[in-house]
Amino acid sequence: MILESMRAETDVLVIGSGAAGMYAAIEAAKAGCRVLLVDRSLIGRGGATVMAQMTVAVALGAETPDHWSYHYRDTLVAGRGLCNEPLSQLLCEDGPDCIRSMDDWGVGWARKNGRITQAMAPGHDRPRCVYVDFLNTGPAVSKTLRTVVNKTDGIRKAGDLCIIDLLRSNDGVAGAVALHLSSGAPVIVSAKATIVATGGLTRLYRRNSASTNMGGDGYALALRAGASLVDMEFVQFFPIGHLAPRLVGMDPIMWDPFRYKLGGRLLNNRMEEFTQNYGVAEDGKYVITRDTGSYAIMKEVEAGRGSPHGGVYLSFQHCSEAALREAFGPVIDRLAANNIDLTKTPIEVAPIAHYQMGGIAAGVEMQTALPGLFAAGEAVGGANGANRLSGNAVTEALVFGRRAGRSAALFAKRARHQPDDGGSARRAVELISSSAPQPDLNSAEAIQLLQSTMQDNVGPLRSRAGLSSALRTIERLSGALGDRPPGDGRRFDMQRLDWFDLRNMLLVARVVTEAALVRTETRGAHRREDYPNAADEWENNQYVRIEDGRIVPSKLSAPLAAVP
Amino acid sequence: MTETATLKIWRGLDIGAGRWETYAVPFESGQTILDGLRWIRINCDPTLAIRFSCINANACKECMIELDGKTVYACTARLQPREMTLAPLSNKKLVRDLVTEIAPPAERFAGS
Repeated sequence: MILESMRAETDVLVIGSGAAGMYAAIEAAKAGCRVLLVDRSLIGRGGATVMAQMTVAVALGAETPDHWSYHYRDTLVAGRGLCNEPLSQLLCEDGPDCIRSMDDWGVGWARKNGRITQAMAPGHDRPRCVYVDFLNTGPAVSKTLRTVVNKTDGIRKAGDLCIIDLLRSNDGVAGAVALHLSSGAPVIVSAKATIVATGGLTRLYRRNSASTNMGGDGYALALRAGASLVDMEFVQFFPIGHLAPRLVGMDPIMWDPFRYKLGGRLLNNRMEEFTQNYGVAEDGKYVITRDTGSYAIMKEVEAGRGSPHGGVYLSFQHCSEAALREAFGPVIDRLAANNIDLTKTPIEVAPIAHYQMGGIAAGVEMQTALPGLFAAGEAVGGANGANRLSGNAVTEALVFGRRAGRSAALFAKRARHQPDDGGSARRAVELISSSAPQPDLNSAEAIQLLQSTMQDNVGPLRSRAGLSSALRTIERLSGALGDRPPGDGRRFDMQRLDWFDLRNMLLVARVVTEAALVRTETRGAHRREDYPNAADEWENNQYVRIEDGRIVPSKLSAPLAAVP
Repeated sequence: MTETATLKIWRGLDIGAGRWETYAVPFESGQTILDGLRWIRINCDPTLAIRFSCINANACKECMIELDGKTVYACTARLQPREMTLAPLSNKKLVRDLVTEIAPPAERFAGS
C-alpha cells in the first residue's frame, strides 16, 4: 500500500514546540517568513521545557552585580575544557535580553521588592538563577511562548505530526516527511529552511526526567540526513531525581529547587553525610555539581550504603513546617497528598537522565553543515561541554531558539524551494506506507529493554565491559526491529509509532555508546571506571556522522561553514 | 497473595463499533492508572493506544480519559485493587482506544 500523501509548503519549518522551537517560530515569523511549527504531541505541552521547575541562569545583575563574562567563565569551568566557546558565549551574552523579553511578555519571574529574584546554584559564582514560583518555571515559560506564538501572524501550528525523515535536496535539506498520527498518513513538507528543535534523548534511559517524546529524534534525523553530531557521550544525570516513596503529579527533579531554597542534607543508610568523601563538603548547603553528585551517590549505593530503593536519602528534617510553607506554598499540600511529610522523614533520591550535552554540530548562527538545516536548544551540541551548569538549559533554549529563527528566516528569504534529491521523499513515504507482519517483538517491551541496558551500562558509571554489553543489546534489538513498521497503519497506531521511535532511539543509543567506548578517560558526565582520570589528549571533541551507512567517529573538529 | 487491579478498557477506531477488553494488572499501592496502562502495553498488548507525554508530572495534560464515567488525568488518578472502567473522553472526537482529538482546531494539521 502507498498511502496518499498530504502536502504542505512553508518558508521555515520548525520541528518541536518547546521553548527553543516556539521562540524560533516567533522570530522567523517576525522577520516576515511563513512558519509551520510542528510537534509530535500537542503544541507547547510536551518536551522538556514544560517540565523545568526552576533555575534559569542569566547574568541579569538583579540580585548582585553580574556580567555575562562571569556566567561564561562558570559555564566553561563546568564544561571541563570541551565547551564550544562561541556557542557558550552566545548563551551567556544573549541570555539577559531573552529573559527580559520573557519578562515583557508576562512570564512572571519571581520578584522581591520589585527586583527579579536570583537564586544561588551549584557551579555559579553568585546568585544568578531566575525562576517562577512555585515550581512553575517551565509551565510559565511554555504558556508565555504559546501566547506569543498565537498572537504572531504567519505561524501555522500542527500537533500530532511526527517527523520521520528530513528531505534531502541535492546539497542540503528541503523540508521533511512526517507521519500524521491522527490519520496515519504521510505528509510531505517542503521548506526553504528547517529548524530541528526536538530536545534531547532522556527517553533512552529507564529513569529520566523528561517527556516520553524526548527519544533523540532530532539527532537521528540530522544524522540520517548527513549532518554531524558532537559530544554525544556526554549525558547529564541529575543526581537527586525522586526515587521513593511513589510521588505522582510532580516532576522527579523537583528536589533541585528545594535544595536551592532550603539546603538539605544528602545521607547514606547510616544517616551520615557522605559527599565530603568525594571531595565536596556540603555542610547543609547545595554546592555539589551534577557530575560529582551522581558519581558520589552511585558509589555509596555500590558500597552497600544505599537506601532501600537503591539511592540515598535527602533530608529536609531541619526545616520547620513554616519554613517549608514559606518557600513552597501549595507544593507542601501536594506532597501531603502523596503521604510525604518532609519534617518527619527523608525522601529517597537517585541519579536520573536529565540532559544531553552533545547534539547536532552547529555554528553560532545555529547553522549546520547542510544548507537549509538549522538546530536550536538542547538539540544543539557543544555549548555546555562535558557537563552542563545548572540553569543553562532554558537559557540555551531561548537564546538558541531566537538565533535559529532569525538565521533560518535570513536563509529562507534568499532561498527557493528545492526539489528533493529524487529519492528521500519517496523512501520516507514508502516506509510510512509499508507494513511488516505482526512481529514477535513487543515494541513497548523492546523500548523498556533498551532503556534498561542504557541505564545500567551507559549511565553515570561506564566501563568497556558494560558498554560492549549495551552494544550487543542494541545490535540484537536492531535486528529484531526489522526494516518495516508493523501495525495497521491507521490512526494513532502506537505499535507503529513505537517502531519509528525505536528506529531513532536505537541509532542514537548506538552513537552514544560507541562514542563513550572510544573516549578512554573520565571527564565531566562521562565516567569510565576503567579510565578514572582525565587525559590531556582527550581535551577534544568527538564528532560522529554516517558515511556509507556506517557510523564514523572522528576526534577532529569538522570545520563548519560560516554564516549561510 | 498479590492484589490485582482489573482494568476494563474501551477499544476501537469507531465509537459505534468498539469492544471492551479486560486486563489484570498487578496492583502496587501508589501507582497510577497510567502506570497500569503502560504495564499493559509492555506486558500484554503494545497496540493499546493512550496519549501521554510527561508520564508523571501532570504537566502535559494529554492523558485525559474517563474513569468510571468521570474525566481524570491517567497520570494522577490512582490505581485501585478493584475493577476500573476506562473509556475515551465522550465529549471529544474519538481517534483510537483511549485517544481522543483534544488539540484546539488551530493546532491540527490541515494541509496547505
